[in-house]
Amino acid sequence: MDYLEFAQDVVRSAMSAGAHEAEVYIETGSRFHVDVRMGEIETLTQASAKGLGLRVFVDKRMAFASTTDFHTSVVADLVKTTVESAKAAGRDRYNGPPEVEPGPLPHLNLYDPTIADLPAERKIEMAKEAERAAFDYDPRITNSHGASVGSHVGTRIIANSNGILYSTLGTDCGVSCAPMAERNGEKQVSYHWCSKRFLSEMDPPAEVGRQAAIRVLRKLGARKVETQDVPVVLDWMVGHMLWGAVFQALDGDGVHRGLSFLKNMLGRRIASPTVTLIDDPLMPGGVGSMPFDGEGVPCSRKVVVENGILKLYFYDARAARKYGRQPSGNARRGFASLPSVSPTNFYLKPTDIDPSEIIRDITNGFYVTETIGHGINTVTGDFSLGAAGMWIRDGELAFPVQEVTIAGNMLEMMRNVEQIANDARFISTIASPTFKIAEMTVSGR
Amino acid sequence: MRTISDLPYESASGNDTFPLLPKESVESLLSTALSRGGDFAEIFIQRSRTASIPLEERKIRAAEARISQGIGIRVISGEKTGYAYSDDLEMNSLLDVARVAAYVADGPGTERAIHVTAQLAPDYYAIRIDPADRSVAQKTALLKRASKAAYDYDPRIKQADVYYTDEEKEIIVANSDGLWIADRQTLLRMMVHCLASQRRVSRKGGCGGGGRIGMEYFDRVSPEEIAREAARIAVVQLDAIPAPAGMMPVVIKNGWGGVLLHEAVGHGLEADFIRKRMSIYTDRMGQKVASELCTLVDDATLPNRRGSVNIDDEGTPGQRKALIEKGVLAGYMTDRLNGQLMGLPFTGNGRRENYQNYPIPRMTCFFMEAGDSDPEEIIRSVDYGIYAGNFSSGEVDISNGNFTFSLTEGYLIEKGKLSYPIRDATLIGNGPDILTKVTMVGSDLALDPGIGNCGKNGQGVPTTVGTPTVKISEMTVGGTAT
Repeated sequence: MDYLEFAQDVVRSAMSAGAHEAEVYIETGSRFHVDVRMGEIETLTQASAKGLGLRVFVDKRMAFASTTDFHTSVVADLVKTTVESAKAAGRDRYNGPPEVEPGPLPHLNLYDPTIADLPAERKIEMAKEAERAAFDYDPRITNSHGASVGSHVGTRIIANSNGILYSTLGTDCGVSCAPMAERNGEKQVSYHWCSKRFLSEMDPPAEVGRQAAIRVLRKLGARKVETQDVPVVLDWMVGHMLWGAVFQALDGDGVHRGLSFLKNMLGRRIASPTVTLIDDPLMPGGVGSMPFDGEGVPCSRKVVVENGILKLYFYDARAARKYGRQPSGNARRGFASLPSVSPTNFYLKPTDIDPSEIIRDITNGFYVTETIGHGINTVTGDFSLGAAGMWIRDGELAFPVQEVTIAGNMLEMMRNVEQIANDARFISTIASPTFKIAEMTVSGR
Repeated sequence: MRTISDLPYESASGNDTFPLLPKESVESLLSTALSRGGDFAEIFIQRSRTASIPLEERKIRAAEARISQGIGIRVISGEKTGYAYSDDLEMNSLLDVARVAAYVADGPGTERAIHVTAQLAPDYYAIRIDPADRSVAQKTALLKRASKAAYDYDPRIKQADVYYTDEEKEIIVANSDGLWIADRQTLLRMMVHCLASQRRVSRKGGCGGGGRIGMEYFDRVSPEEIAREAARIAVVQLDAIPAPAGMMPVVIKNGWGGVLLHEAVGHGLEADFIRKRMSIYTDRMGQKVASELCTLVDDATLPNRRGSVNIDDEGTPGQRKALIEKGVLAGYMTDRLNGQLMGLPFTGNGRRENYQNYPIPRMTCFFMEAGDSDPEEIIRSVDYGIYAGNFSSGEVDISNGNFTFSLTEGYLIEKGKLSYPIRDATLIGNGPDILTKVTMVGSDLALDPGIGNCGKNGQGVPTTVGTPTVKISEMTVGGTAT
C-alpha cells in the first residue's frame, strides 16, 4: 500500500464528508525485542504494526479518531462518524491545523540500514553480552532481572488540508541490563541502558552491562540517614527526570491558564547563570530528532533558558493562535493520540568539569543516583521524591543511602544550581549532566 | 455468562469485515505455533473501541474515538516465550505470525493436532446502560454538569478540566490445552482536575470515579459529587503549610490509601518476581511478614470494579485469593508460565495491556480486610503525626522492598486532632518493615472510586486498590519542614 497516497485520500475523503479542515497521521513499522535472563532467551517478540489518526475540524469544532484497520469500508465509516461527531465538540476559533505553507524540511538522516538489517541472532547475542559483562564484573552479581535488546524501524507520515505531505523513515536500537547484587540476604537491583538511532553510536553491550553492575554494587549496604538540609548532587539519570518536569511546566497553554509554576516568568531569571537549557530536534542522529512535528510544523533548534533567563514557552498550533505566538514544532504524538507539546532532544548544557570535582568540594551532602515515585507538582513546583544514592563526607563517597526522600521547590532548585558537570548522556529525549544544588531537605529518620 | 456465540462480530462499521476466527482456523494456528515443538501455544484476539471526551475551559475540546484490533500469538518452550502480534487478521498473515512466535522453540518440525472446546466465563460486571448506546451529546452533558459544579463550588476555583473515557474491549483466548473462551469488558472513568487560586497562590485538586459498569454509574455517583470533591481538595490546599520531614506516625485514610499496600506488598507477591528470586518476599511463604492485624486479599470477582476480571488475559477465571492471612504470607499471584514453573495453581492474575504484549502476573483488586478499630479513635491515638487523605501514585523497588506513595491531600495531626492541611509530600518506607508497623486497622474498608492504573514492564492495566483506615506507627514523611 502506498501510505502517502492513502493519507492524502483520507484527507480528501474527510473534506468530501463535510470537514472544513483535516489532518491524517500514519505510523507504520516493525519492532523486535528480546529479553535474556541468566544467559538464556526469556522472551522474544517480533511484529509489524500500523495505525492512522484522523483529526477533522468542522466549523472550528474538533473530532479525532484512530484505527489500526485500514480496510476501505472501515476507514470510510470512520471518516463519516468522525465528521458527524465533531458537532458535539465546542466551537473554538483557534482550532485547526497549523498555518504553515508546505515547504522544504530540514535535512535529517534518522535511518540506519545496519539496524534495519541487523539479524535477530546478533540482537540476541548483544543482550547476552550485556548480561554476561555484568556477571563477570563482580561475584556479588548473582542474579539478574535480565538484559534486553529492542529495535524498531518505522515511518511517520502527515498530510493535511493545507497541502502538507511529509514523511520520514527512522530506526532505533537499544540495549539495557538490570543486574541484581546480593550480600548477606540483602538484595539490590539497578540498571543501565543505551539507545541510539545509529548502531555505530551505541555503547558496546558489554559496557552497558559493566555500568549497570557498577550502579548496583554501589547500593549494597545502603542505610537511612538523619533528616537534614544539605547540598545535593543529582546524577545524570536523576537530572533527566527533573528537567522533564521543567519542560512540562513550559507548555504554553498550561502557562497561560495559570497551571504552571513558571507562569509570568518570560524574560526573567528562573535559574542560576550556570543553567542553559536547549531543545534541539535537528541534532544529528538524536534519539528525539525529527524534521517535522506531529502537526506538520517544521522543527527548529531553540535556546529555552539562556544563562538562567527564560526565553520561551512551547506552543502547539492552537495555543500559538490563541496566545499570538508561532507554533514551536514540538507537538509530538502517536497515531492514536492528539498532538501535545513534548521535548525533542532537550538538555542541560554540560560544562567541562568532571562530576568527581563537584563531589570533592562537599563536606556533608547527598549524591542522588536514583529517585522513586512521581512526586512533582508542576502547578506549584513543589517536589518530594523517594531517593537513593551515596552520602558525601569530606569530598568522598562515604556510604550508600536508601529509603529517604529529597524535597523542595523546582524554581528554588533551579536558582540554586551551583555547578554542572560534563557527563550528559544523549540516550533519550532528555539529557542532563550531573549537577549540584546548594541545599535540599533530605528526610529520613 | 458469556459464550463464543454471544459475542457480536461486526466490526466498528457494522460490516462483517472481521469475521470471527472459526474453530478450524484457531486450531490450525495453534498447531502451526507448535510446529517446531514447544510446550504450550496461545492465541489472544482483541478488539477495542474507546470514546474519550475532554472538557477544558468550559468547552468540549474534542470528541475522540479509537478503534484497535489485533492478535497476539504466544509459544512457551520450557522457560522461553516467543511472541508475535499483528493487526492484520487475514489467515495467511496469521500463519506467519504463528511461525514467528514458534521461533523460540527449535525442535524438529512436527504437526500436532489441537482441539479446542468453547467454555463459559463468569460475569462480574453486568452492565445496565451500555455506554455504546449513549450519544456523544448525552455524554457531554455529564461533563458539563461536572464543570459547572466545580466552578460553582467556590469562587476561588479558576480552572476545572473534566475528562471522560469509556471503552469496550472484546477478547478471545484459545490455547493448546483446548481452552476457547471470550469476554466482553466495559470500562468507564471520569476525572476532574481543578485549580484554585487566591492572591498569588495556586493549588490543584483531583478526583475521579468509574468502573466496569454502564452509564447507570452516574445515577449512583453524580458528576457533581466528583467535581465538588476535586474542587474541595484544591481549595483546602490553598491553606496548606509545608509538610514535616522525618519519621512519625501516619494514619492512612480508607479507600485510595490502598496504594500503600499495592506498592508495599502487592508487586512483591507477583509470581514472576518470586520465581526469579528478585522479590524481597522470596522464600518467605508461611512466615510472618506483617502485623497480625493484616489480612490482604487480591479479588477479581468484586462486582463492577475497575480491577475485576471475569477471566484474566490467559482465559483463567478471575478468583479471590488470600495472600497474607493475619500477618502470615499465604500465597502468590500467578500467571500460567510462572504457575507452571513453580508448581502452583493458576490464580487468574495473568494480564496484559493489549494484544501487543504477553501476559505477566498483575494484581486485580488488591486490598486489606477490615479490622475492629473505630477510625476516629485511630486519629485520636496520634499525638504528632500526619493524616494521609488523598494520593496520586506510588512506586516500588521489589528487590529491596522500598516503596513510595505521594500525598495530594494531607493534614498534620496534633494531640489527636487534624490541625493544618499540609502540602504535597511523598512517604517512603520498606514494605515488610512498614507492614509490621501497622498498629491499628479500622472497621471502614473502602475501595478506590475506580480510577487506578498499574504500570509494570511498560504495560498498563486497570486496577483497584483499597484499605480500611490504618495507623502506621512510624514512616518517613518527605516534607520540607525540618
